[in-house]
Amino acid sequence: MSPKAQAALIAKLTALADDELILSHRDSEWTGHGPILEEDIALANIAQDELGHASTWLSLRQALDGTDPDRLAFFRDAEEFRCAQLLELPKGDWAFTMLRQYLFDRYELHWLSAATASTYPPVAEAAAKILREERFHLQHTQAWVERLGQGTEESNRRLQAALEGQWGYAQQLFVPLPGEEILVGEGIVPELRRLKEDWLENVTRHLQASGLKLPLPPGYQPHSREHHTEHLWSLLAEMQSVARWDAEARIW
Amino acid sequence: MPGKFGTPTDPDYALRLAEFEARIARGEKIEPGDWMPEEYRRQLVRMISQHAHSEVVGMLPEGAWITRAPSLKRKMILIAKVQDEAGHGQYLYHAAETLGISREEMLEALLSGRAKYSSIFNYPTLTWADIGTIGWLVDGAAIKNQTMLAQCSYGPYSRAMVRICAEETFHHKQGKEMVIAYAKGTPKQRQMAQDAINRWWWPALMMLGPHDADSPNSEVLIRWGVKTKSNDTVRQEFINEHAPEILATGLSLPDPELHQDPQGNWRHGPINWEEFWSVVGGNGPMNKERLEARRRAHTEGAWVREALEAYAAKKSPIPMAV
Repeated sequence: MSPKAQAALIAKLTALADDELILSHRDSEWTGHGPILEEDIALANIAQDELGHASTWLSLRQALDGTDPDRLAFFRDAEEFRCAQLLELPKGDWAFTMLRQYLFDRYELHWLSAATASTYPPVAEAAAKILREERFHLQHTQAWVERLGQGTEESNRRLQAALEGQWGYAQQLFVPLPGEEILVGEGIVPELRRLKEDWLENVTRHLQASGLKLPLPPGYQPHSREHHTEHLWSLLAEMQSVARWDAEARIW
Repeated sequence: MPGKFGTPTDPDYALRLAEFEARIARGEKIEPGDWMPEEYRRQLVRMISQHAHSEVVGMLPEGAWITRAPSLKRKMILIAKVQDEAGHGQYLYHAAETLGISREEMLEALLSGRAKYSSIFNYPTLTWADIGTIGWLVDGAAIKNQTMLAQCSYGPYSRAMVRICAEETFHHKQGKEMVIAYAKGTPKQRQMAQDAINRWWWPALMMLGPHDADSPNSEVLIRWGVKTKSNDTVRQEFINEHAPEILATGLSLPDPELHQDPQGNWRHGPINWEEFWSVVGGNGPMNKERLEARRRAHTEGAWVREALEAYAAKKSPIPMAV
């Protein structure tokens, strides 16, 4: 792999990991506070899976440049993170959390399916492994979107509000990183622009069948993963508070 | 299950009770649908639902630290652990349901403040080391109690305990490993671990219940094989295992009278039962917050549960496309 491609791959693996890590954090905030006990169990499971995926992508990065996954997660500042802004937004109500997870799961399913054909075997293998779990997530969140969309007037209204709040942000999932075209050219990662059509078709169909109103006005659409919402700083301040509490500590 | 729960005014009560007690004496399990004294049922509903509530409320003090866990590994373990507790709650609610009470009734009793749960969860988790300490001491005490309850005469509760103990063993192990690591860590980590041990030691001893002489339910529970050991016996087992292990890490225990007697038992100093009964009575540091958190989750989840019911009534699922 050329040094340029390697640098681009390190950036991409970091962005993939950051999406999972931050989403896992938001999902885990529900643990103990879900609307029914069974959902405490289910969402905690999804949060663990996403955290596991973050670890997987970080370990792929570690194999390339030797960086310690824990250092990356707990000792980078907000401006060094490369997560999409959708995942930083506060957890909101149950409709907001389920819809975000659904939109992201659907994107991930397309991305991972395509990435199983990666010319870089570690990415292909990781994608295949993660894909198995993501299918369950999508089944779960897809069913929730349907139930809330077709449930009561209130649940439909809340889900529609969540959709209007997230729609523009979700588009950022399909904005490539600077230099990503090198990876696409070498067949290491799929081209986001091509995945977007499938994603859009699938989510539009399911959201409409669930009783939601589309199309939506574009709303705010973030472009660069170098920029973040005002929520990321405080999320990281919380997440990193213990790890950074004792400068001498080597083992946690 | 009408007629299955006998009361002393039933004409055949004495005969049935003798058969029931003979079954227990032979080591048989009582199963759902079998005849049992109403008092046996009442005590089991009380114990199992309290146990379920303890799992559910017990998610809160530890769950609060998930977002602050200091490594990817610790974060994963903690989410899994709190998830296990939700699973135990669910499992135990089902065990109680076999005695003819619904989860809704039990939840109502919890949220209204009528039902009790383990007093240990009314203490705050002040630092990250509390997470390790809860695993080591609180889960350690729970395992002693639950191992005893795995021998219980009521089949569903006994089987639930076998399964739950297996998972609790992991909780205990990760907590112990964490505290030992911090005891060997930096001065700040060590201090944090010591402070956590100091705060959780006495509540862990108390959570195994009042002394035998002051335990009003114990006699009948032991006779009917619900409990197979007394509170003091279980407490002694807990101290005998944990006191020497904690001292071996170089951390100390907050009991100046703690010593080993000639029989090898570790003897503790006087327990502050006034504090125990005050916390049980609702005046612990976190009673109001814990209950408030449960009520808030329940209230905020009401529209979700209504949506589920409305959707189920319509039953027109979209074909799944994954």
